Amino acid sequence: MNHAPIKIKPYGEHAILIEWPDKVDEAILDSIIQFDDYLKNHCLSNGVWETVTAYNSLLLVNQLERIDFITYKKKIGEWYTNLEIGNKKEQILWKLPVSYDLDFGIDLEEVAQKAGKTVPEIIELHTSHVYTVYGIGFLPGFMYLGGLPKELEVSRKAEPRLQVKKGAVGIAGKQTGIYPQDSPGGWNIVGSCPIPIFDVNKEHPCFVSVGDKIQFQQITMAEYNLHKIETEVGIYKPEKIVLNA
Amino acid sequence: MLKVLKSGFYTSVQDLGRFGYRNKGVPVSGVMDHISVKKANSLLENKDTDAVLEITMTGPTLIFEKSTFIVLAGASMSVTLNNEPVRNYKIYEVHEGDILSYGKLNKGFRAYLAIKGGFMTDPVLSSRSFYVPINQVNRLKDGDNIPYDGNNDFTPKISEIKTDSFLEETILEVYKAPEFDLLDDRQLESLFSKDFSISKQNNRMAYQLKENIVGLEYSMLTSATLPGTVQLTPSGRLIVLMKDGQTTGGYPRILQLSDKAISILAQKREGNNVSFKLI
Repeated sequence: MNHAPIKIKPYGEHAILIEWPDKVDEAILDSIIQFDDYLKNHCLSNGVWETVTAYNSLLLVNQLERIDFITYKKKIGEWYTNLEIGNKKEQILWKLPVSYDLDFGIDLEEVAQKAGKTVPEIIELHTSHVYTVYGIGFLPGFMYLGGLPKELEVSRKAEPRLQVKKGAVGIAGKQTGIYPQDSPGGWNIVGSCPIPIFDVNKEHPCFVSVGDKIQFQQITMAEYNLHKIETEVGIYKPEKIVLNA
Repeated sequence: MLKVLKSGFYTSVQDLGRFGYRNKGVPVSGVMDHISVKKANSLLENKDTDAVLEITMTGPTLIFEKSTFIVLAGASMSVTLNNEPVRNYKIYEVHEGDILSYGKLNKGFRAYLAIKGGFMTDPVLSSRSFYVPINQVNRLKDGDNIPYDGNNDFTPKISEIKTDSFLEETILEVYKAPEFDLLDDRQLESLFSKDFSISKQNNRMAYQLKENIVGLEYSMLTSATLPGTVQLTPSGRLIVLMKDGQTTGGYPRILQLSDKAISILAQKREGNNVSFKLI
């Protein structure tokens, strides 16, 4: 398989940005994730370098010292040529529980109206699709999810809310996602996910990684409350499916 | 323990930052002005990563409960130890019951208090830097106690340094950031020929500049950002991300501050002027 072309750009005294073609594309995301893995396992020492993947880019940051761009540009070019694209790493699908109860889904009816559908149809559409995590940023544990069905594309709210609750599941434009903490926000809120995507008390605080898949699963209020309690006592386990085991 | 009698405007525990979690959306955090902190920690023969107090604009009143050694750094503030004036970059021995009291801000914006061995608050995700929601709180409040190890037998190699202050420097040295090439001649002209002043919106997350330039209507995919990244919005606003800044963003990244420029900017407050110089 051919390598997609990359651009290697300097980014200050400690970082280098590698860019792939400018589009939202699973194949590109796969290349980035494989290269990121390859760099971490074979080229860049752990504890010195960290990387940030998002959509079509990969940032390499040296935490300790300044780097010489020219030297690294050459090395990165060589490393990328050596990379054998195609051996897809394990792909993980997370099934995340969501209550679409109208107490949580405060904009569900409005979304249904805008989309010309009924509330159950909106829920069916939102839960039947599998989304791809293209990036994690903005807030700790905030996932940029791609793959929202066209029928669910509704504009963001004209006036953002000053406070959207932690766990709120929103849709806006081509995006859907979960607010990982209380924050202001302009997305249409359709439900609530009772389990935290980011939990500072865990050794690995965020179970999701860029490149993973997400599917929402409708739960009842009783199940929602149960997951909440499991979360509080620290025994919740998100459902994980390995797709290409 | 160091007891906080009065916490001041915005006082927090910070170290060099929280590394390794940016790919989960966690900002680096850490001291805004690393140059001043590095000097203070090296005088105390501490590790670079030892935690200090970052004190913004108006300082705290603190009481020591064990003997140790301290160094003040960063912004110039009128500070007294048991009512005697003390100065930056000099080692002072303190004893149980001693009171350190911060008064008027003279120059700069962020002062630092370094202590022998560093402050020993519990690290979260391998850093002591305060950041909500990694921590429950983002600043100290009256009555808080900050742990540190007592120390009676430290003989410093150097007890004071005369240091070149950069508090009055206003030139921010910058590099081209990933979307620099989108700028046209007019934008470049305004960026590098004018002074900019710090707007009211300035904090540990970002410094916004008061004067706009011609904006950049460019739709880009969200991509990584760094402390010191200058973003240009469609309306022409310049936003400089700082240590608590988000790890990804969707505005064009036009400039990247040098490490030193981040420290210089961290010492600026509303109304102060800065200018950019490309290196």
